[in-house]
This record gives sequence, C-alpha cells and structure tokens, in this order.
Amino acid sequence: MTQTPDQKPPRAGAARGPSPQDDEPLLVVRDLSVVFPSRRTVARNGAGGGSGSGSDHGAVWAVDRLSLEIRRGETLALVGESGSGKSMTALSLLRLVPEPGRIASGEVRLAGEDLLRLPEAAMRRVRGDRIAMVFQEPMTSLNPVLSIGRQVAEAIRVHRRVSWRAALARAGELLEQVAIPDARDRLDAYPHEFSGGMRQRVMIAMALACEPELILADEPTTALDVTVQAQILELLKRLTRERGTALMLITHDLGVVARYADRVAVMYAGKLMEQGDARAVYARPRHPYTLGLMASVPRLDDPPGRRLVPIPGQPPDLSELPPGCRFAPRCAFVHGRCREERPTLLQAPGAASGHLRSCFGFEEPSGPQGAGAPARAGTPAGEGTER
Amino acid sequence: MRTFLLRRLLAAIPTLLIVSLIVFFAIRLIPGDVIDLMLAQNDIATGTDRARIEAALGMDRPLVLQYVVWLGGALRGDLGTSLWQNTPVTAQIAERLPISFELGLLAMLVALLFAVPIGVYSAIRQDTAGDYLTRSFSLLMLAIPGFWLGTLVMVFPSVWWRWAPPLDYTPFFADPVANLAHMLVPATLLGLSLSAVTMRMTRTMMLEVLRQDYIRTARAKGLSEGVVIVRHALRNGLVPVVTLVGLQAPILIGGAVIMEQIFVIPGMGLLLLEAVFQRDYPVISGVFLVVGIAVLSINLLVDLSYALLDPKTRRA
Ligand SMILES: Nc1ncnc2c1ncn2[C@@H]1O[C@H](COP(=O)(O)OP(=O)(O)O)[C@@H](O)[C@H]1O
Ligand code: SF4
Ligand SMILES: [Mg+2]
Repeated sequence: MTQTPDQKPPRAGAARGPSPQDDEPLLVVRDLSVVFPSRRTVARNGAGGGSGSGSDHGAVWAVDRLSLEIRRGETLALVGESGSGKSMTALSLLRLVPEPGRIASGEVRLAGEDLLRLPEAAMRRVRGDRIAMVFQEPMTSLNPVLSIGRQVAEAIRVHRRVSWRAALARAGELLEQVAIPDARDRLDAYPHEFSGGMRQRVMIAMALACEPELILADEPTTALDVTVQAQILELLKRLTRERGTALMLITHDLGVVARYADRVAVMYAGKLMEQGDARAVYARPRHPYTLGLMASVPRLDDPPGRRLVPIPGQPPDLSELPPGCRFAPRCAFVHGRCREERPTLLQAPGAASGHLRSCFGFEEPSGPQGAGAPARAGTPAGEGTER
Repeated sequence: MRTFLLRRLLAAIPTLLIVSLIVFFAIRLIPGDVIDLMLAQNDIATGTDRARIEAALGMDRPLVLQYVVWLGGALRGDLGTSLWQNTPVTAQIAERLPISFELGLLAMLVALLFAVPIGVYSAIRQDTAGDYLTRSFSLLMLAIPGFWLGTLVMVFPSVWWRWAPPLDYTPFFADPVANLAHMLVPATLLGLSLSAVTMRMTRTMMLEVLRQDYIRTARAKGLSEGVVIVRHALRNGLVPVVTLVGLQAPILIGGAVIMEQIFVIPGMGLLLLEAVFQRDYPVISGVFLVVGIAVLSINLLVDLSYALLDPKTRRA
C-alpha cells in the first residue's frame, strides 16, 4: 500500500486498481504547457515571457495546453513523431522539465491534488513513490559507478524506513520479478556488465520499487533490439496489470498501441490531435495525422505487399507555427479554414463518446466548411475553433 | 589487477632510464664547473691541483664511463657521494624527502579541500554571482605566481603587524604543532595555486555529469538534491579530477622548491638549490632521479585510484 499522507480526505486510502465506484481518474492533466524561452526572450525581456502559443516570438511551446486523464490501472499510450513533446509531457508530470524549459501553466492532479502547487519537498515524496518513470535510454540511465543492487535499494530507501540490508533483499526480489537471471547474485554487478535489455529490466524494477500508482514509460524499448522490445513490453504490461498500476506508455509505434494500451492520445507539435479508446482509434482514426502515422508503419492486419507511406514533410519548427491547424502544411485533406483557424479537441463526429479529435473534419474534403452536416451531428456547436 | 600493476611497473623502466640519461648529462651542461668553484674557494689555482681534485672525484674518466658507474650504483641504491660534504647522496635525500613529502601532501590536501567543494558549488550555481566570484578567484590564483604570493605573505604581515610566519623548522615527530605551524602557510599557498585548475576542472566535470541521464533517474526516484550531487554526481565527476591532481604533481614539486626556499624548509627543494649553486653533480642527479621516480609513482597511484572510482577498470 502506498503511503499518501498528502492526499485529501475523500481520496485517502483509496484502493488501487480500477474500482467501479472510483470514477475520478487517478491523474487529471489540464491545460499543461511547457515552454522553452528563446535566447532572445531571455536576453531582452528577462524572465517575463509571453503567454499563449505564438505570441512570444522564438519561444518553443514543447507542450501546448495539453489535457488528458489516466484512470487507475489503465494503460494510456501517448503517440507521436519524435519532437512532438511526449517526453516533456511525462517529465512535467514529475516536475523534472530540464532547464531552460519550465512549466508555464496548467494543473496536474494526482488523486485530486495539484502537483504543480506542491512545495519541492512534497513533490520529492511523489517522485518514485507515487509516480515512477522508466526512461528511453537504458544504456545511460543507470549510474555507472554504483552497483545495480544499490541503485534499486536506494529507490526503496528514499521513501521507506528500512535498513540497507532489507532494501537490498527487496531489490533482489524485484530483480527476480523482472526476470533477471541469477538476480540475487548480481546485486553487486555494475551497469556495464548488463545488456541494454537487462538494464531496462533494472529500470523497471526500480520503477516498481515503491509500488507506485502510475508508471511513466518513455519509449522504453526504442533503444533495444526488436526481439527484446516485445519481452520488455510484455513484462511491463504484466507487472502493471498484476499490481493495478496505471501506465503511461510513450511510443511512436502504433502497433504497440493496439497491443498494449487501453486508450491512446496522439500528439503533434505539442498538442493533442486525437484521443480515444485504443482499439477504436486503431480501427478507425478520426484525424489525418493518426491516419498518416498508421500508413507509415506496418500493421498486423496489412494485406500482403502494402507499401508504407511516410507522412510527407517535417514536423514544424515549434518557434514558428503556422497560424491555423499546425498539421495543415503536411495534411492531405487541408482546406481553406484549416489555414486560418485553429481547431480544438472535440468529440469526433460519429465516433464513440470520448473519442476526441482536433480537426475541422476531413471525411468529405469537398466544401470549404469541411465535413458535411451529417458528420457534424454529434457536436453541439459544430467543430469549434480555438479562441 | 596484478598483471596491470606488473605491466605498469615494467613500462616505467625505460622511462626511468631516459630520465637518468637526461639527469646525468644535462646537469653537466650547466655553465661553470665544480672544480673551478672549489679552486676559487680555496684560493689555489694551479693546473696540478685541478688534475688532482678531478682524479679524486673520479671526474677524469670519460663521461660515459662515469654515467655507467653512476647508474650501476643507482641500481644498487647508491647514488654516490656529495662532492662537497663527503656524505652519501642517499643519506642526504633520505633526510630531506619526508619533509618535502609532507609539504606536498599538505598542499594537495589544501587544494582538494578548497577546489572540490567550491567547484561543486560553482557548478550547481552556474552563471550566478557566486559562480562568477569563485571563477574569478580561481583565475586570479592561476595568474599569481607562487613565489610572489609567498614573498608577499612574508613581507607584509611583518611590516603591518610585526608578525611573520614562523621560519624555524621543527621535525614533525619532535613537535607536531610547531611543525604544522611552520608548514601551514607554504602548504596553503601551494595548495591554493594548485586548487585553481582543480576547481575549474571540478566545475566543468560536475556540469558535464549533471547533464547525464542517470542524474535525471536519480531525481526521478525522489532523492534530495544533496544526495543526487554527492552520491550520484560527485563520484563520476571526481575521476578526471583525480587524474588532474596527479598530473599536477610536477607543478607541485616545482612550486615546493620555491616555497621551501622562501619559508626555509629543509626539504628536497632546498637541497637541490644548494646543490645547483655548488654544482654538486651527484646530489643534483640523485634529487632529480628520486623526483622522477616520485612522479611515476604518483601516476601509478592515480591509475589505481581510477579502479577505485570506476568499476569498469576494476574488473578488467
Ligand atoms: N533543451 C531544449 N531547448 C529547447 N527546446 C527543447 C529542449 N528540449 C526539448 N525541446 C523542444 O521540445 C520539443 C519536444 O521534445 P520532446 O518532448 O523530447 O519530444 P518527444 O519526446 O515527443 O520526441 C522538441 O521538439 C524541442 O523543440
Ligand atoms: S484541421 Fe484541416 S489541416 Fe488540420 S488535420 Fe484537419 S483537415 Fe488537416
Ligand atoms: Mg522523447
């Protein structure tokens, strides 16, 4: 059981894992923005940057008013091309955005409590204990001069009052659970004696150490061999399911999404493009960007000989975003309105409730209004514009 | 580990041989000749005297032969006899070496005590006023010659407050307090000039290490910043710093020679200086050889401390 001294009364001691009466999500992110000030901004305006995307010239809004939710025990996949802001989103949940970046606005509520308002000391009690993270780079994410056992045991000792001896014994158990051969005999081993896959297992053991409520896994298999990738994902999925731990699985591989995620959020240039049930999104994407991502990777249900089509063009320079839809320069369905107004994340017409997208509609790209009337029946005020 | 040590020791042999060659021949290139000095002191200047002295000192034989004889002695631990004092060079060095060693050790201690904490501070407060201040200070230390600072410390307090650093040497085991009181000022001055480079190195390494992924991992565990810096960053950052301190050993020795003279410490530096003025070739050669061995040993120690700090070399 996780100790959560800071929790508000109604949530205190809430059972982990999905429970039916528990309709408040574990994690609620609202309007989260992460900004990297431009050199010029720092030099000229000092600390005072602009707010809102685009108004501060040269500043990079790596995450731009992003909102999402994760339920207890749920696996949410965060998908997008490299540079779309996935890592910054995850790091901002732990308040570990690297300098000179900073969280500019928003709320990150963990079981109701806004982490962005916590004092640093209280935030430290959240890190590793209630939210743990597995990083993309197993080769460099472990300290080369400390033994594996020490690094795992340390993760326990930060948050639990136990002796080194007890923590090391527990570390041995954890390493066994992540299927490291001869785990107990290898507590004294150093990271350089392990392969990338084994190091990532160590990272997972470390993340599990305090039985957190949420694990953030940032492309945990990208740096690994294809054969090892599936093993690591299976392991992560099994261990989180067994414990009822929520998982935010960051990936750029939609195949992974279909197999391992309950829900998916698709990110592009700092903003969410589409969000919904993983199977539904995989079966029928409601956003041109998701469609493009799917066309660019192989699928299990591909007909033989299907050609992979990469999305044309490059992700935009985040310091100079286009005025309208930020995907417009690369979108095959772009129409007039797309270049002038910014779409917001709304219920996708005709899709199951909770399937959201940020697009003016592309199913019938004939008229200047985008999607036709029947398709828009689901949304009360049409597909809205930001501002 | 043992093969590593053995290999390093074997590799040291040719180096030492080259050192001995340079030491032996280069010294005899110093203008002015020991015989001239002796004759001048004794006010007798006849050719026969000269030949007699040369023969007595074994200096009438060909230089190469002299070298072979000297090297043969050195291998057996006999560095010859002083041309002036008629005492064995090894005895003279044995008396002086511990004194210089103490000075060097104290200086290194002072350097690390200053450099590491300040370097770390400078790194974690990068680009703040404190960082600039410590960096300027280290630049100043780098720019000021040790002998100048030493002279200043000797002269000004005595002029202003009629106080001067103690200059009468007491052996450590006779009176440790008096000994340390004498050594403190020169060791601090020497240490400060060493700490300048070490401080900058510590800062650079810490900045580098703090960018590493495993530091982010440590923070994500919920560790406090102090633990992150001391346990996770410093150990990684110190490996190159240790090397640097080792590489500074020759600079340290050079500085010690000057400090020993200013503060009248009867160490190797003072011995060398006297020997050079008197063209006492066996003493000069002996001192240099011992210094060479010392530098090589320090380098070996540095490599061994690598193993302590870096597990990758430990198992190799
Ligand atoms: N140190 C930095 N300075 C400026 N911009 C940065 C920095 N780090 C990241 N960014 C910006 O943040 C964006 C998102 O980065 P990231 O979250 O790492 O993307 P992802 O994880 O999706 O590949 C990048 O495209 C880049 O523009
Ligand atoms: S809003 Fe327009 S440009 Fe943007 S994704 Fe939809 S159709 Fe494409
Ligand atoms: Mg990333």
